[in-house]
Amino acid sequence: MSHGPDGGVEPQPLYAARIPIFPRRVHGWFRNLKWWILAITLGIYYITPWIRWDRGPNLPDQAVLVDLANRRFYFFWIEIWPQEFYYVAGLLIMAGLGLFLFTSALGRVWCGYACPQTVWTDLFILVERWIEGDRNARIRLLKQKWDARKTRLRLTKWTVWALIGLATGGAWVFYFADAPTLARDLVTGAAHPVAYISIALLTATTFTFGGFMREQICIYMCPWPRIQAAMMDENTLTVSYREWRGEPRGKKHEGTTGDCIDCMGCVNVCPMGIDIRNGQQLECITCALCIDACDDVMARIGKPRGLIDYVTLADDEAAAKGAPTPPVWTRIVRPRTLLYTALWAGIGVAMVVMLMVRSSVDLTVAHDRNPLYVTLSSGAIRNGYTVKIANRNGDARNYELGLVSEAALDLQIQGEEGTLVEVGPDQIREIRIFVSSQPGAELTGDVPMEVWVAEEDSPARARTMSFFKGPDA
Amino acid sequence: MAGKDPELDKPTGVMTTGHEWDGIRELNNPLPRWWLWTFYATIFWALVYAIAYPAWPLISQATQGLLGHDQRIEVAEEMTAADQAREVYRAQIASMDLQEVQNDPELARFAMGSGAATFRTYCAQCHGAGAQGHPGYPNLLDDAWLWGGDLDAIQTTITHGIRSPDDDDTRIGDMLAFGRDGLLERPDIAAVVEHVLSLSGQDHDPELAETGATVFADNCATCHGEDGTGLRELGAPNLTDAIWLYGGDRATITETVVNGRSGMMPNWSPRLTEEQIKEVALYVHSLGGGE
Repeated sequence: MSHGPDGGVEPQPLYAARIPIFPRRVHGWFRNLKWWILAITLGIYYITPWIRWDRGPNLPDQAVLVDLANRRFYFFWIEIWPQEFYYVAGLLIMAGLGLFLFTSALGRVWCGYACPQTVWTDLFILVERWIEGDRNARIRLLKQKWDARKTRLRLTKWTVWALIGLATGGAWVFYFADAPTLARDLVTGAAHPVAYISIALLTATTFTFGGFMREQICIYMCPWPRIQAAMMDENTLTVSYREWRGEPRGKKHEGTTGDCIDCMGCVNVCPMGIDIRNGQQLECITCALCIDACDDVMARIGKPRGLIDYVTLADDEAAAKGAPTPPVWTRIVRPRTLLYTALWAGIGVAMVVMLMVRSSVDLTVAHDRNPLYVTLSSGAIRNGYTVKIANRNGDARNYELGLVSEAALDLQIQGEEGTLVEVGPDQIREIRIFVSSQPGAELTGDVPMEVWVAEEDSPARARTMSFFKGPDA
Repeated sequence: MAGKDPELDKPTGVMTTGHEWDGIRELNNPLPRWWLWTFYATIFWALVYAIAYPAWPLISQATQGLLGHDQRIEVAEEMTAADQAREVYRAQIASMDLQEVQNDPELARFAMGSGAATFRTYCAQCHGAGAQGHPGYPNLLDDAWLWGGDLDAIQTTITHGIRSPDDDDTRIGDMLAFGRDGLLERPDIAAVVEHVLSLSGQDHDPELAETGATVFADNCATCHGEDGTGLRELGAPNLTDAIWLYGGDRATITETVVNGRSGMMPNWSPRLTEEQIKEVALYVHSLGGGE
């Protein structure tokens, strides 16, 4: 709020400009952890498309590939077809439960450590510090007039940012096409326009989000901060200021009793521009950098670490009344997190089992609807079926088709002499089959019938139930 | 809404906007300015879009847009492109004989799909969507054929039709109206019907059937054959099997003998192209009864 010259309150604007944030450099355990996570996650992101995986001559040799044109998803030894999308659904459910688990135990740990927005922003701030200097130098640079030095520093920074953005967008498209081929095509200008457009868009968003939007994305654009409250409770570990220990704050020599010397270290390192001492805030992504900053100061003034620390709200309240704080692991291992872990692991195990018992051949049988049966000249009844045989192998295979029924039924494949069907590599073949009763068998109603398919010289099998329909009784 | 001076809201420490609705005041937590600019940008985009693309409805049509975009034209272009892609197959099918097309997996697949579409457009009205037929309109799924069920016979039937007045090469063969035209007396008709019932192993009067056998030999065997197995050159059906075009019960057979039968199928040669007819022939041949 601002006061006008006459002492009255001036109207505040309805729209506010972003207040620039200049996070100071910080050292410590959490900072190191975050550097490691940054290196590992970015490493996985940039390197993965280049890993090769031999699948034989008919299939791509890229370990991780989303092949939209041929509707296949490859992940090392796993190949997913569109009709097996439930695996992806299962992964998404696991990701959701994993997020519940981590949030109930550790609050917004995803936001603080692993979210791409946080990771790339960290990288962008690192570049910024290398080029323009630490917090105070950057504030000075912002305030000074544009001269040759400022122009040079700014242009250098923006160029490096743009290159990082380009690498980010560039890596993204490699997940959707053979990386070495696409890389060559991109350089020679022969790649598909969609590849260039995707790279341009992702370069632009990375550049803008990491360089200029930063905390604005988390505060105004991301729905997660709004959802998280539903998953956190008073026993969730979160970055908190031990107010009972720190207050009243003040310079040490002023004779105050609190541990907080009001050095503003926690505020200066905060990438979100908040003061953690004001309590839990929507803006806080729990990156824990304020813990590192405060621990450093506490060590220097000879006080125990942890004035700002991972602590649950319940424990903090109890500690304020003098109760001892239980070990951290008791706050991570509790019924709620165990339940999430059990659900998460249950789905994971179920999916692994499903993948392991999955057959390399799949069969679907659709009975003709119109007409349901045909009378032949011999008086026998014949039913028609559309059969699809899926061959998930990287080469063509032969499959024997057969059926099992209480009634004596003859199988005939349209356009084939015998009951052997060849299916091409990694393909589904659709065939028509005719099943006939014996003349004079007088079948009525629905007769259950199992159709099976077996790969030649292999244990791969698939079966499905269908029925044989005769005239109504 | 009443306008008031903004004031400080004590519990939150936030200024109000000065807007008030029935005593409810609004806190002013300012939106980011970039959000406002994004909002303006979307308005600008909407304006550009409305000018560039067809947008505003007028009395007889909408504004056309500066880019001249038209989804109808797009569809027409895509249809033309699809037709041209089909032309490659059609040309091959036109120049090959049916057996060759059937042996070429790619061409056969194209012909089946295309033939099925043509069948549903032109043939399904009489033969049914599933080609199962109706009384008087043959079932094309079974293994009984009046005029032959190999590829060439089916092609000939589709091309020239059956008893089609517009085609000189049409298939001809008449079941005479033995009763109505006085060719057979009533008792003879009753007897021959019993004989026909006996041919397909249905319940019949053996005494009458024996009389009927003579009547059959004198009047029917010319077309249907001595043993009643039919004659494809004349489209005379096999009377010994389980399949009946009009019905195999006593009343329907009597009606057939009394009034005769002469179903008609149009000649499709001028209406469908030669490739289309070939495709339909391949499709019909694949339905289960092809010879």
